[in-house]
Amino acid sequence: MASEKTLTIAIMDAPYESANSTSALRIINAALEKGHNVNVFAYEGAVNLTMRAQQPHPNPVKGTSVEQEQHPTTKDWVASLFKLASTKDVKLDWVNCGLCVDERGAGDWIEGPRRGGPKDFLDASMASDATLVIPTK
Amino acid sequence: MPKILNIVETAYRATIEEQDDTVLWLTHMLKNAGADISVLLRANAVNYAVKGQDASGLAFGETKMTHPPEIGKGVEKMIQKGVPVYLVEQDVDERGLSDADFVSGIKKVKREALPELIDQHDQVWHW
Repeated sequence: MASEKTLTIAIMDAPYESANSTSALRIINAALEKGHNVNVFAYEGAVNLTMRAQQPHPNPVKGTSVEQEQHPTTKDWVASLFKLASTKDVKLDWVNCGLCVDERGAGDWIEGPRRGGPKDFLDASMASDATLVIPTK
Repeated sequence: MPKILNIVETAYRATIEEQDDTVLWLTHMLKNAGADISVLLRANAVNYAVKGQDASGLAFGETKMTHPPEIGKGVEKMIQKGVPVYLVEQDVDERGLSDADFVSGIKKVKREALPELIDQHDQVWHW
């Protein structure tokens, strides 16, 4: 059941480069699981988290094929978060910073996120119960 | 409008990007959008308020950056726009900086006074 609480979270890290992305996804997942709405402002390298062209690869060190690995890319995880939000009947509003997208050529993303800007982050924060920023250090 | 305090700790992050510093740029944009926002520069980021910084001349091959970051001017413009900009005094002293080094309008605050400053804001975003 939805709690009517809303969390806004700003993230900056590019995929895989630090545990910040993992922490952010964990927090978003936990909030959705508890029935909270979540607004995400993907800023800077974080706009790459949802790129449609991400593809897994085999692991030659382990000697495993891509099928054996079944390794999720970040876009798979974000897609699952949207599915989780739908299942929980809560809202996940994922905004990719448009200017950051343009500078990275990252405009082709999976279904779910939308293009926006800093004002979306401000509006979301002002309408939320809590805001968390997880910056690149 | 709730009061926001943007704390910037990481210095010269992504300044090769068009936005110059990412969070100071974001602060400008949020102020333009109506936010009641202040900035606290701490650690190496106190250097952002130093005047006369010159990042020009970056070029790789034939490709030149013709509009380099102007962080100090950006901070000054932010202050003129009505954004209070605070610097942690001890971080300034530890880096051998003095008042004459900074753009006009900055406010220094001692570490011991940070809880009070933070308490004056409804949201604190530590970047």
